Amino acid sequence: MRIDPLLTQIRMQSGGSPGWLHRVPLDLPLLGGLAALSGIALVVLYSASGQELDVLIRQSLRLLLAMGGMLAVAYVHPRFLYNITPILYMVAIVMLVLVLLVGKTSMGAQRWLDLGIVRFQPSELMKLATPMMLAWYLARYAPPPSLKSFLLACALILLPVLLIAKQPDLGTAILVGSSGTAVIFLSGLSWAYLLGILAVGASALPLLWKMLHGYQRDRILMLLNPEADPLGRGYHIIQSKIAIGSGGIGGKGWLHGTQVRLEFLPESSTDFIFAVLAEEFGLVGCLGLLGAYFIILARCLCIVARAKDRYSRYLAGALTLTFFVYIFVNISMVIGILPVVGVPLPLVSYGGTSTVTLLAGFGILMSIQYHENSRAMK
Amino acid sequence: MSEPLTVEDTLRENRLFLNRIVASVLGMLIGVALLITRLIYLQVAGHEQYASLSRENQVKIAPIPPDRGLILDRNGVPLAENLVTYSLEVIPEQIKDLPTLFHALEGAINFDESDIEQFQELKARRKGFESVPIRLGLTEEEVARLAVRLPWLNGAEIRTRMLRNYPYRELTAHVIGYIARINDKEQESLDPAQYRGTIFIGKNGLEKSYESLLHGQTGHEEFEANVKGRVIRRLGMTEPVDGADLHLSLDIGLQKTAMDALGDYRGAVVAIDPANGQVLALASKPSYDPNPFIQGINKKSYDALQNDEARPLYDRATRGGYPPGSTVKPFEALAGLELMNLSPASRIACPGYFRLPGSRHKYRDWAHSGHGATDMRLAIIQSCDVYFYTLATRLGIGRLHDFMQGRFGFGQVTGLDIAGEKGGLYPSEQWKRSHRKAEWMAGDTVIAGIGQGFVTATPLQMARATAILANRGTSPEPRLVREIKAGWRFEDPHPRRPPIGRGISAQHWSTVVGAMVDVVQRGTAQRISSGLTYRMAGKTGTAQVFSVAQSKTYKGMRVTRSMRDHAWFIAFAPAEAPRIAVAVIAENAGHGGTVAAPIARKVIDRYLLSTPP
Repeated sequence: MRIDPLLTQIRMQSGGSPGWLHRVPLDLPLLGGLAALSGIALVVLYSASGQELDVLIRQSLRLLLAMGGMLAVAYVHPRFLYNITPILYMVAIVMLVLVLLVGKTSMGAQRWLDLGIVRFQPSELMKLATPMMLAWYLARYAPPPSLKSFLLACALILLPVLLIAKQPDLGTAILVGSSGTAVIFLSGLSWAYLLGILAVGASALPLLWKMLHGYQRDRILMLLNPEADPLGRGYHIIQSKIAIGSGGIGGKGWLHGTQVRLEFLPESSTDFIFAVLAEEFGLVGCLGLLGAYFIILARCLCIVARAKDRYSRYLAGALTLTFFVYIFVNISMVIGILPVVGVPLPLVSYGGTSTVTLLAGFGILMSIQYHENSRAMK
Repeated sequence: MSEPLTVEDTLRENRLFLNRIVASVLGMLIGVALLITRLIYLQVAGHEQYASLSRENQVKIAPIPPDRGLILDRNGVPLAENLVTYSLEVIPEQIKDLPTLFHALEGAINFDESDIEQFQELKARRKGFESVPIRLGLTEEEVARLAVRLPWLNGAEIRTRMLRNYPYRELTAHVIGYIARINDKEQESLDPAQYRGTIFIGKNGLEKSYESLLHGQTGHEEFEANVKGRVIRRLGMTEPVDGADLHLSLDIGLQKTAMDALGDYRGAVVAIDPANGQVLALASKPSYDPNPFIQGINKKSYDALQNDEARPLYDRATRGGYPPGSTVKPFEALAGLELMNLSPASRIACPGYFRLPGSRHKYRDWAHSGHGATDMRLAIIQSCDVYFYTLATRLGIGRLHDFMQGRFGFGQVTGLDIAGEKGGLYPSEQWKRSHRKAEWMAGDTVIAGIGQGFVTATPLQMARATAILANRGTSPEPRLVREIKAGWRFEDPHPRRPPIGRGISAQHWSTVVGAMVDVVQRGTAQRISSGLTYRMAGKTGTAQVFSVAQSKTYKGMRVTRSMRDHAWFIAFAPAEAPRIAVAVIAENAGHGGTVAAPIARKVIDRYLLSTPP
């Protein structure tokens, strides 16, 4: 009961917005955080791309376009999302199967579906569809979920995760899996079950190890001892650590990162962009980026806390937690505490697909915030 | 949408949900704390280490190897030179696919596994941003073949590189030595900064003993390069300093005369300027061509040289220890004069053999009928063995050893400025006890008196001893290098010590030198006296290789060539103002006066008659 007054307080404080904005479902604090993050991202990307204005413009356009998409999603009422959830999930599953059957291969992995006009990555859709489906399913019962619904929930997660892992795209599989797991966690599954899952997961590790592709195993082994093969498989981690460590507290200065400029750092504008930031802006820059993420996460948590029905809560909470997992996994792999899995730094790494999905997710959060608020006002 | 909740349910569910949110926030905080800790570990604690690694990444240092110094004879004729050759090289950082490159090469030039092996060896040794030769010394045809294919040999370049050449091949092999690829053992003891970019190192001869000067000082270029090895900008440069040129006292003409004079005999000729110890000729036969060693001689050729019974790789002039035979007699005569106040006129009866008191063993004279009553002068001229058997026995091995070693350097290296010189041996009682585990016998002294038994000396030592004789006591240190021309302040690796002179009465010198002049005029080397336009002092020696049994005579035996005596001759000229001292040995050639003396005459003639004093 001690928490209830706190909840009420949070709701009271963050409720007030100027009049005209009530008609637009944009959440200003969240938008502010996203804008700040995008600003940092573009500055770092300019250096990481080798000072190519082209890349900068393209990424800016993508961000703007994705922001438009976010606004569009924000207009959609959560109830409508709830209603289309099962269909969306089914469509996404079918597309994942199609990818495996007829998909386009790129860099050794089958991820793309050619729809004639656009190439589409169904696994990205799954990043939203999975938490939606889990929220939809678990919202039907009062928490905590029964063993039966828990098992079914697990199946709903495992199906897309396995399909994505098969492509193979370990990074996305992890993100999709965590988004679903987040819903189960938020639905109040008892700690005993959660520990049980952990135990089962741990005992399944050897099996998982066997299922991993050779290069994925290498990445894990390399994490443990990158110096064993400094020019081969350990190269990414070593060069990344050199970039970060040599940045020091204050960094080498914008456009002065030698690891980046001389191309020692691989994938500097995509997965390893954090190392560029760390080299050029040092520890101060890293904390600044974490600060921008903190603003966004804090605002998201507010929205989650104020959501009134189970579906909205679960979905908003899962999207928030997944966003954090995104950040954590990427930075961890760049600074060498997790194996290298292909997870970009959200909204900072160069690339369109994940940006669109992420901002769509924030659109859902904004929609929940807006429609909960407007309902509260009525 | 889910069913509306009852108030109680709502409260309970709210609480449960909020609990989970709080747990999530806690989890996130732990995660962020983990990230920040790691960042501090890398960026604060590890900053220095990673900063230096980053700098290493960024700054590349390319060595600029210096040109190796030349070796020139006394008239400036190059004996070791550098030729501009073409080589095919790569900077390994710039090559992605070496196997493909090798494959392409196989089609273009005669390129095989051993080339790859050598390349890999060089590549493993190099430190960083360095051009590594795949093939050195390309022929013009190979250059042409490669030039047209270069666009397809991704990253390989044709460069010019200086390659060592020894134009006089066999003539100077034992003096100059050669350079060859640096091996692992050498690599360990080398200054890595100086030898970055250097492939070759002196392996023997002057190339080895003057390596530090000949090599020069490596320069380097610092620049910033990206991960693909493309140079972004130059940061700085230090010019190399080319190796020092060595000007020798050796006269290549005289060297050739000496080698030619030896003819088919195995042996050595050493000629020294007695005034300063400068080596004028240092010939050892047979010899070998050092040029194939530079790039790595093939195993078959090397085995052939190594297993050759004539041992062409062996430098007889400085390493060959031969019994000096009768050439020690003038030195012993001086010992008698100096240590025993022996009168040169006192005679010793020579019946053709010598017996120790109380022994029946006969030490034979080479002249079986004997020389009759012999004084010192005659004993030297005729090379009477009995005279010197007697003299040695009277002097005793102790005094002989100290005199021969102390005054004439027997049993000691001369200190010539090339490595590997052997010191020969002049025995003593103590030496025999410690090395042979036996007591000294009176008979050992007897045969030491004619330079046999345990006594050995190298041709270089004999030439030096002869030079001391020519100088009448002043001992010069033999040197091949007369002048070093270097572009930096250097320390001479073989500093010259001032000549040592030890007084022996002038009269004694005259006695012995006079007798040696007569050796040539009317003694054992008489046959070279005809047409001699200067006065030469000499002494023959015929060193026994094989011991003849007491009852037999040498002549009566069937002897194989390897059992025949070594022929010696030592000489200096002109006798009154010596300008050259020579020692000649011809292995298994028989009598010194017959074979060795004419060789010495040719060498001395050539030097005195073609070189103004």
